[in-house]
Amino acid sequence: MKLPDLTELALRNLRESLLRNSLTTIGISVGVASLVAMLSLGTGLQQLFSRRLAKSGLFDTVIVSSRREIRGMGREDRSGPAPGESRILDEPARQEIERLPNVLEAYPDIRFVTELRYEDKPHLTMISALPASAKSNDGFEGMQGNFFSSETSAEAILQKSFAEELLGRTPALGATEPNVADLAKPLLGKELTMRYAQRVPAPAQAVPLRPIEASSPDDNLAGASYSVISRELKLKIVGVSDLDPESMRGPMRAKVFLPLKLTESLHVMQPTDLREIAHTIDEPVYSSLSVRVKNPAQIQGIEDAIKKMGFNTFSILDASRSLQQVFRVLFAFLGIFGSLALTVASIGIVNTLVMAILERRREIGIMKAIGASDADIKKLFFAEAGAMGILGGIVGVVLGWAIGQVINFGTNIYLKSQSVPPEHFWAVPLWLVGFAILFAFLVSLISGLYPAGRAAKLDPVQALRYE
Amino acid sequence: MTTFPAVSAAGALAIRSENLSRHYRMGETLIRAVDGVSLEIRPGEFVALLGTSGSGKSSVLNLIAGLDRPTCGSVVVQDRDLAKLSREELAKYRLHVVGMVFQSFNLIATMTLAENVELPLRFAEVDRGRREPLAHEALERVGLGARVNHRPSELSGGEQQRAALARALINRPKLLLADEPTGNLDSHTGTEIMDLVREFNQQLGMTVVMVTHERALAERYAQRMIILADGKLVDDRPNNPGASHSSGRGGQS
Repeated sequence: MKLPDLTELALRNLRESLLRNSLTTIGISVGVASLVAMLSLGTGLQQLFSRRLAKSGLFDTVIVSSRREIRGMGREDRSGPAPGESRILDEPARQEIERLPNVLEAYPDIRFVTELRYEDKPHLTMISALPASAKSNDGFEGMQGNFFSSETSAEAILQKSFAEELLGRTPALGATEPNVADLAKPLLGKELTMRYAQRVPAPAQAVPLRPIEASSPDDNLAGASYSVISRELKLKIVGVSDLDPESMRGPMRAKVFLPLKLTESLHVMQPTDLREIAHTIDEPVYSSLSVRVKNPAQIQGIEDAIKKMGFNTFSILDASRSLQQVFRVLFAFLGIFGSLALTVASIGIVNTLVMAILERRREIGIMKAIGASDADIKKLFFAEAGAMGILGGIVGVVLGWAIGQVINFGTNIYLKSQSVPPEHFWAVPLWLVGFAILFAFLVSLISGLYPAGRAAKLDPVQALRYE
Repeated sequence: MTTFPAVSAAGALAIRSENLSRHYRMGETLIRAVDGVSLEIRPGEFVALLGTSGSGKSSVLNLIAGLDRPTCGSVVVQDRDLAKLSREELAKYRLHVVGMVFQSFNLIATMTLAENVELPLRFAEVDRGRREPLAHEALERVGLGARVNHRPSELSGGEQQRAALARALINRPKLLLADEPTGNLDSHTGTEIMDLVREFNQQLGMTVVMVTHERALAERYAQRMIILADGKLVDDRPNNPGASHSSGRGGQS
């Protein structure tokens, strides 16, 4: 029999025992729904983490650190040269990295904790330098105000939680997400005073630590050692960013951002300087560099090239690789649990079809008597099983999607009550829809295997004698 | 065993069985439903298989129809040795060579008459577009042109049997096998059905083998009567339906 005929007959037969077949199909739907729900949760979580990673701005960035640094970012690559032979991450190294093909820029990762005064109140916070290229970074999409007018202007962008702190607002538990625009209004254009420790190349004698009013520190002094001078710098608040301070972006955990060139020129004393004490001050030594790549696809090659130069690297690839591993396991588990219900449903199919054989014994006998082959009868039962599978699959996908929406909605109500921003835990990608329906179809066909075989083997003489 | 006129035309036999046997085991006892039946039927013959219930007449019919396989012996229909055919080949044989009607009509209750009649065409994978006119034509032929979209339950027994005849006819088989075709019908309706069967026999040249326990019916329509008892052939004789004592429609065509 041809497929359209089979399908037509199968659907007709399904309609004949509507209640029983509907119940069986609902069983499949529930199975598929549980599978879809489980896998969408997995997919949703994966996408959530991927989004977090993407937000970190690391997708096109490789973080380079010296192997000398014991506390390297991420995992140490032990296959490289021993720490003793490793290179210093200095200006020539930076330039060399920047000359690598497909590298957009390599900029030092400068961050330090210092005191900022706003309306005469001191606030201790972490400050980080941002290159001009960060302007196009999606992390600054939700920023109020403007980006730095130039690479060297004495301007600052605040992270919103620091803005709250400056305004004396402490986020109450259960409060709604602070509105960045509301925070920015009273702050934009205001002045901040940054106190910081400047590293000054100096002769061996100590320089008295005293505050100096200086907006452009003079660094022409030369010497093998340096001293530390306390300085102050007035900064104009130009923007308030809604950037997540927990993100893995270069300025990790920083709450105030300054232009990169300005920050470099300040020669702020950094914690790592103590270890690089042996180096001359003219040649800046970086604790880490952020290397931006033209195309995320080229990250691996550039990482390898930098590793060859003798540095440690860390990128999204390293992060996502281990994440993928975790998600593969999670997917397998969710898939197995989701499939359990479908397995139960498949037993329902077997039951329904075996019942149908008993009921339609005579019909099968008639069909055989008028010329149906074993294969025809087998195909007919397969078609019925398959039709239930596809129908159950479609209904199940819709059901699973609906369950996901409800749970997502519920979770977000809870998150809101905990003053955590809403998230999307649920994702039903197209492949999952296709996969779920196909899987239901295949499971149904397998369930139909035994009943179909049994129906095909029915002896027509016996079947017709049966009244 | 005596064989009658057919012997001379041995090369052109429609059905030939030799020592055909079908035994069943029922618990400890062996039932010889068909026990060494040899017979020859020429193309175009109208043969009645007579016997009491349990005589094995239906079993012989099932063996000829390819619904059952002989325990031993052979049955050759249209040059096909049915015992040697695979299940698949037997299905093809039933589809294309044989048309069957039953005592209980055996229409599929969930289908309309047209769908019932075109069902063999579906198995024969005839194009959808050609099936409907063929089914309608067959139903017209048995006088049911106006009831094509009715379900069997909406029809009388006679009409159902007519539909069954239309279905048996649809693949233009050479052989019509009828198992007590009038058993569930009153005598008037039974006569109508038998007239149709004879029409197929005479106008379409179909070989007809009809199982019945009504001797009168056999005498009125069959050209030959084969009588079975306890699975054995006990009598095989020609019959002149035209010479029937009945004044019914039997003698008119």
